[in-house]
Amino acid sequence: MFGYANPKRYQALSHYIFIAAAILATLFLSFGLYLALIASPPDYQQSETVRIMYVHVPAAWLSMFIYASMAVAALVLTIWKHTLAGFYIRAAAPIGAAFTAACLISGALWGQPTWGTWWVWDARLTSVLILFFLYLGAIALNNAYDNPDKGNQASAWLVLVGSVNLPIIKFSVEWWNTLHQPASLTSLSKITSPGIHADMLTPLLVMAVGFLCLYSALVILRLDNEILSRKIHVLRLRTING
Amino acid sequence: MTRKQQRISAILLVLFGASIAVSLSLMALKENVTYFYYPSDIFEEKKEIPRDKNFRMGGLVVEGSISKSGTITNFVITDTVHTISMSYEGILPDLFREEQGIIATGQLNDDGIFVADTLLAKHDENYMPPEIAKALEKVKRSDKTSP
Repeated sequence: MFGYANPKRYQALSHYIFIAAAILATLFLSFGLYLALIASPPDYQQSETVRIMYVHVPAAWLSMFIYASMAVAALVLTIWKHTLAGFYIRAAAPIGAAFTAACLISGALWGQPTWGTWWVWDARLTSVLILFFLYLGAIALNNAYDNPDKGNQASAWLVLVGSVNLPIIKFSVEWWNTLHQPASLTSLSKITSPGIHADMLTPLLVMAVGFLCLYSALVILRLDNEILSRKIHVLRLRTING
Repeated sequence: MTRKQQRISAILLVLFGASIAVSLSLMALKENVTYFYYPSDIFEEKKEIPRDKNFRMGGLVVEGSISKSGTITNFVITDTVHTISMSYEGILPDLFREEQGIIATGQLNDDGIFVADTLLAKHDENYMPPEIAKALEKVKRSDKTSP
């Protein structure tokens, strides 16, 4: 099961996954952007402003997906002490922070014309801001120790504790009255009848797949970097200690 | 217990503790986490509303209730059970219209009118092209007229 948790075997495989993910990301994102910006219809209420959705929603999904994957890695690192899981947290955190920032910024740009405000402190917006700070905290803890393994483990604990925030983000729009509207797709009542018309749902899903491929390509690059920089670190220690 | 089991129980304990701590603080801060109140909350008095301070009210703008005098806009909002009259002075957001969800910040005056100093439009979770919306509207109207 953990055969590929060996960095060497992982690296042999990752090269091919990277190429596939990069090609798919280019295809899906260019086709998705064409659909989102040109081919899809305007919204009956918001008209053209609705196009922000095609960036905002995939970025939001990814911000939560990446954090959940980091939480799984944190579990693996803490219980089985697999070094590669620690590398994964290190590699994923800055990308996750970037997607969360993209979600928050595109959300502000969308909120101004539709709601009439850039920002409010409602439960959804605040919990996503907390997610952004959790990412920053994980990055800071990764680099807070001279021994990178200690840093990874400290970061893993923060990621585990912070995972409590994920259900809060998801259900914030149902548990409390918020300015942010409830889910259009991912709630029980919406699975059979989505709140988004098919002409707008298709570009959204294409963009989401594109974002996911982009993330996969980026995280593999960063993971390779982490493995290499760890090798340099070990070599340095060897030369210093003779 | 092996060391692995110890680590697993440590994780479970930490997660359990964190969830308890977060749910307790969210319950304690319920009043602050609730971004706005519905008209029913005022009439049924189930929730404590800070009437001496500014608070937020939300609901749908009732059809045909909008009237303007100068820069002041008067309208009625509803949560389909209770209604509240509102008065707002200032620039209206683009999405402000009949049957639109809005959230206003302000206070109830002695006449029971909510005097708002800010007004935000809340939009719903449905997205569709204008032609589809028109077609749906037509179906809705013919449903109303036919017995």
